[in-house]
Amino acid sequence: MTAFLLRRLIQAAAVVLVMSLLVFLGVFAVGDPIEILISPEADQFERERAIKALGLDLPLWRQYLVFLGNALRGDLGRSFVFNEPALRLILDRMPATLELAVGATVAALIIGLPLGLYAGLKPNSPLSKGIMATSILGFSLPTFWVGLMLIMVFAVQLGWLPSTGRGETVTILGMRWSFLTRDGIAHLIMPALNLALFKISLVIRLTRAGVRETMLMDYVKFARAKGLSPARVTFVHVFKNILIPVVTVVGLEFGGTIAFSVVTESVFAWPGMGKLIIDSINVLDRPVMVAYLMMIVLLFITINLVVDITYSLLDPRVRLEGKS
Amino acid sequence: MSAPTLEVRNLKTHFFTRGGVVKAVDDVSFTVEAGKVLGLVGESGSGKTVTGFSILGLVDPPGRIAGGQILFKGRDLATLPEAEMRGLRGNRIAMIFQDPMMTLNPVLRIDTQMIETVQAHAKVSREEARQRARDALGQVGIPSPDERLKSYPHQFSGGMRQRVAIAIALLHKPDVIVADEPTTALDVTIQGQILAEAQKLCAQFGTALVWITHDLSVVAGLADDIAVMYAGKVVESGPVAQVLDAPLHPYTLGLIGSVPSRNHRGEPLRQIPGMTPSLLNLPAGCAFRSRCPRAEPGCAEPPPFAEYRPGQHARCIHPHQEAVAA
Repeated sequence: MTAFLLRRLIQAAAVVLVMSLLVFLGVFAVGDPIEILISPEADQFERERAIKALGLDLPLWRQYLVFLGNALRGDLGRSFVFNEPALRLILDRMPATLELAVGATVAALIIGLPLGLYAGLKPNSPLSKGIMATSILGFSLPTFWVGLMLIMVFAVQLGWLPSTGRGETVTILGMRWSFLTRDGIAHLIMPALNLALFKISLVIRLTRAGVRETMLMDYVKFARAKGLSPARVTFVHVFKNILIPVVTVVGLEFGGTIAFSVVTESVFAWPGMGKLIIDSINVLDRPVMVAYLMMIVLLFITINLVVDITYSLLDPRVRLEGKS
Repeated sequence: MSAPTLEVRNLKTHFFTRGGVVKAVDDVSFTVEAGKVLGLVGESGSGKTVTGFSILGLVDPPGRIAGGQILFKGRDLATLPEAEMRGLRGNRIAMIFQDPMMTLNPVLRIDTQMIETVQAHAKVSREEARQRARDALGQVGIPSPDERLKSYPHQFSGGMRQRVAIAIALLHKPDVIVADEPTTALDVTIQGQILAEAQKLCAQFGTALVWITHDLSVVAGLADDIAVMYAGKVVESGPVAQVLDAPLHPYTLGLIGSVPSRNHRGEPLRQIPGMTPSLLNLPAGCAFRSRCPRAEPGCAEPPPFAEYRPGQHARCIHPHQEAVAA
């Protein structure tokens, strides 16, 4: 296990290094921030002073090395726009996105697993067919449209739920969280549900497919031949076997949600990281873009590691020896 | 005389599919006494396994028992409510499956899979259940059972897994064990060990054993009685020595002739011509008629299941009653 973790850590470092280079080059190619940041009325002298202050006068490779050196000391640069450390800007908005992503993922599991299980166990019942048909809608309806409809129905028509912002927040460990207040939770419900819709459908379909496949296995029949109760057969013998694909996909989806829940955050004016990155791209705020993407790389590396470790807990045949 | 441990009477298990009714088991009867072994023999698709599942009440839709009785100590299992059936399953009636690589759940430890079986039928503590599981593993010849209990199935070889499955079947010292080709997937040497083990344990506990197989040599060595199945029907049954030495039904004779033997070295292997008919549209009358060398117009009528020699029945109108040289 230790050897495995060490190996993965070295791999992770290599991935981060390569990604930093790609991200840096990519962001450089997007456009020149000077045109946007400096007012057109500024004279030549002011322009040059600003370029020097932002470090944009250096050749690209020098800029990269400066960035790398600073990054090693935990400094991912200062935002051109806010004149604040990019990392702090991101971390400020991270709780908002995290609670949205966690809410959506938890909702996907709580709703998706039971429905998928039911649809898998009773594939011919009308309810199962209804569940599967609805899950197709979950896949195909565009997120922004569903978000707008949710607002129309629950905020505008019925007036049950608020439609924008995070509501009341509580500060814990220097970060603002809204899931600890009633008002905050009310604000969280709609965006989380909107984000969860696709995932619910995904979990339903994965679970159903897994159940259908596992139910045919000899070990399920053998478990029944042992005289076990149907509940024990389903929740111990079948369930543990279908969790492996579900964990993989939900893990990756969770990363994707944190990184790219831009649409939902925009529709519900949720002050998360997704909105920050869109705004930064619009004004070519390079340090924020780079810092953000580096954070996402780290996030995915961490999630993949957690998924691998979960595998080994779920399936004894997977051993984390680090040998290939 | 008291009722036999297991008596199957005119069992019919049919599958109601979209393409029609598949009569997987169609009029099967046999009796197994305590401590005796019945060999249920036939080709793939002859209904042996479905017969086994019917006894345990594990036939899944679209299949169901459409007729007949399964008398377990006089109680009819075919009409028993599911809850009561579950109380018998794994407790009084156990089953061993064909492929030991597939019967144990890969993600659960051996102790979990054994303890849950104990606790499903006996109100005992976990510790007590573990004790029984350990004893059962010891009984089937698994060395250091304490350590092995903590292992996962993939850490065992095929033969060892089948021993574990047998140990699970034996946990409650059942009255009936249905063994569905339990040695087919194993090496010959392991097969021999498992057979000897099964024979010993059944004699020891007075278990009635239904041994499903397509391997006549296994039946010859193990069984007391034999029932030969073809296309869902028992075509011949009787004491094993009598049936194998002097088969009445042409199909039984064909099966025996298909076993490669040293006596016919160098000659092409004998085989039964043709293939098993589709169960969806069986020919009227004797289902074996299209492959039978002795078929005659009278075979188009369903042949009766008649006793031609004491204890030896056959479903044929022109049985081999003359002595047969193997």
